Amino acid sequence: MSLTAIDPFLVAVVLLNFFLLGTGRLKALIFAVALQGAILGIIYPLAHQGIHPSGSNVVSLRLLALAAAMIVIKAGVMPRMLVYAMREANVSWRIDPYIGLTTSLLLGAVGTGLALVLSRTLPLRSEHASHLLVPASLSTVLTGFLVLTTRREALTQVLGYLVLENGIFIFGLLLVDALPLIVEVGVLLDLFVGVFVMGIIIHHVNRQFTASTSDHLSALKE
Amino acid sequence: MAELLVCLPVVWAALAFAVPSNRWRPWVLPAGGLVQLVLATQALQQTKLTGWDNWLNLDPLGKVFLGLISVLFFLCACYAPGYLAQRSQRNNRVLCACLMLSLAMMTLIILSHHLGLMWVAMEATTLISAPGLYFNHNPRSLEATWKYLLICSVGIALALLGSLFLAYAALHGGLQTSLLFDDLVRQAPQLSRPWLHAAFVFLFVGYGTKMGLAPMHTWKPDAYGEAPGMIGALLAGGLTNCAFLCILRFVHIANAAHDVQFAHRMMVFVGLFSMGVGAVFMVRQRDFKRMLAYSSVEHMGILVLGIGIGGAATWAALLHTINNAMTKGILFLSAGNIHRAYETKLTADVRGVLRRLPLSGWLFLLGFLAITGSPPFAPFVSEFSLLAAAFRQGRFIEGALFAIMLLVVFIGFGATVTSMVFGEPSPAAESTTIRDSLATCWPIVGFALLVLVLGVYLPPPLATLLREAAAFLENSS
Repeated sequence: MSLTAIDPFLVAVVLLNFFLLGTGRLKALIFAVALQGAILGIIYPLAHQGIHPSGSNVVSLRLLALAAAMIVIKAGVMPRMLVYAMREANVSWRIDPYIGLTTSLLLGAVGTGLALVLSRTLPLRSEHASHLLVPASLSTVLTGFLVLTTRREALTQVLGYLVLENGIFIFGLLLVDALPLIVEVGVLLDLFVGVFVMGIIIHHVNRQFTASTSDHLSALKE
Repeated sequence: MAELLVCLPVVWAALAFAVPSNRWRPWVLPAGGLVQLVLATQALQQTKLTGWDNWLNLDPLGKVFLGLISVLFFLCACYAPGYLAQRSQRNNRVLCACLMLSLAMMTLIILSHHLGLMWVAMEATTLISAPGLYFNHNPRSLEATWKYLLICSVGIALALLGSLFLAYAALHGGLQTSLLFDDLVRQAPQLSRPWLHAAFVFLFVGYGTKMGLAPMHTWKPDAYGEAPGMIGALLAGGLTNCAFLCILRFVHIANAAHDVQFAHRMMVFVGLFSMGVGAVFMVRQRDFKRMLAYSSVEHMGILVLGIGIGGAATWAALLHTINNAMTKGILFLSAGNIHRAYETKLTADVRGVLRRLPLSGWLFLLGFLAITGSPPFAPFVSEFSLLAAAFRQGRFIEGALFAIMLLVVFIGFGATVTSMVFGEPSPAAESTTIRDSLATCWPIVGFALLVLVLGVYLPPPLATLLREAAAFLENSS
């Protein structure tokens, strides 16, 4: 089994990116980000098996446990935590971006195209021959960045950050042998704590203001 | 010993969390800081210090930063009891615990020779310093904390991508993939060039965000403006320097790969740009704490400019990390005293500090003179050395721009500070209850003495340490 086995999942991830950029509903955005996290949790053991030189069954119990933890945290716990943080205020479940959904979608498409072109300059080893992995990674990072910078609500900014981390994780699949499990768990923990702290702050924002748009978070300027 | 340096502050943090009394809890901080300082002094004298199966390693470059962080934290921790006594209506449990934890994480960053562990510690410091930023619990500090968390987390995420690119550069070169610093340095000549360049771009942007280089500095004015003075001093002198160390690790790898030109060019450009942004925004700044933030942006620019020029300028930049951190200690702590006494941060409303708060006022004035590069203070020595090194290497344009921007900063900063410290304080300011006390002033005097002494006399052990660190970085030891 080679790395190309995960290509269908990468296609799904990139399609989800476009969905993220184009949706105007907060609940759909949360669901899509959770789904993306779940797909990545599924890809993880597949990629590990695809890369290992012997190609034989190297999926250990530790690996499966980590994949399961990833799915639970990314698709279950974190979205639920963010929805809970929003509960208190009169929050509008409609997304209100600075640059318009069509423009974001176009920017995402252009970015994905650029990612495909840029990936040609970054050579991959023969056993990692996957035309989709690096472009998918860069495209997801760009999507996360776009969602983060062009949306008003604090919650969507956190979701953008989650998508950014997803993009980085996709690239990390190339290095499943290199990154010792300790660091992967550390990264996951950091992500969890980061979103937790952000959730707390959104909660405080809700309490201070009536709606948690970061328009209210724009009093500080020159 | 290395494990102790990292784990002991965590124990102190747990202790701080457990102490029930809001009045006595702040005293854990100076106690923990003193123990850490003693341990660090012992560690600096050892030639080889490793731990956790070589994931921790105190190298010459790390020694400079370890000494710096330990002294900075100790003096800021000594300021804490006096400060928190004045803010006694606020519960300081989370703050004290987070401060000790941030010491642990900063020490971990300095000692870590595994780039993944270093990254995790860096992310942890961002999260741990957030409660400190939000200590004032008002809408402005909430906004500042949000911006800080978001921008710094994005930066560090990009740094993670860069670290992964670097690991892949090793894998592509047919080497044993490893994020261990020593392995990467040893294998550096065989690293794949395109991946190495892409890695450095992401790493520099990512850790540069945490350092506060322009144009990724937008969190700094808000964060330093709203944070308490003590937190501002730790951020400006501690965390930004740890981010600088992370960038230096990658410059070291590029040096070992004999492919450092692109890195140097990027650093010179961003350094000069940061100095320019700092200089421009400091003029006519209406909030004196935000002004200090732009001063920090400017000095971070000076640091990367020095490394980018290379040669003797590397030594000057390393000396400047120490001088800048100590001077920022003076400035932020005295600005905190002024803010509390006048109950405003606007420069238009602050007059006559020298009359209202004589000691803090003098220290603030001294801090301004020091940070803008006046002799006999320490930053003059490091900035002059940098300028001399630049000219000696024929970098006339960079040197000239450097000098011009220092002048602009002096004018902008000077206009604000002189209008603040001289004159008569308003009746409203005279009637507030906060006065200069020994507890909130002696740590600032400590910083000032260090800055003065280092400006006049560079102790030979320190000079040797800096020389070894510079040689280590340039890979010529």
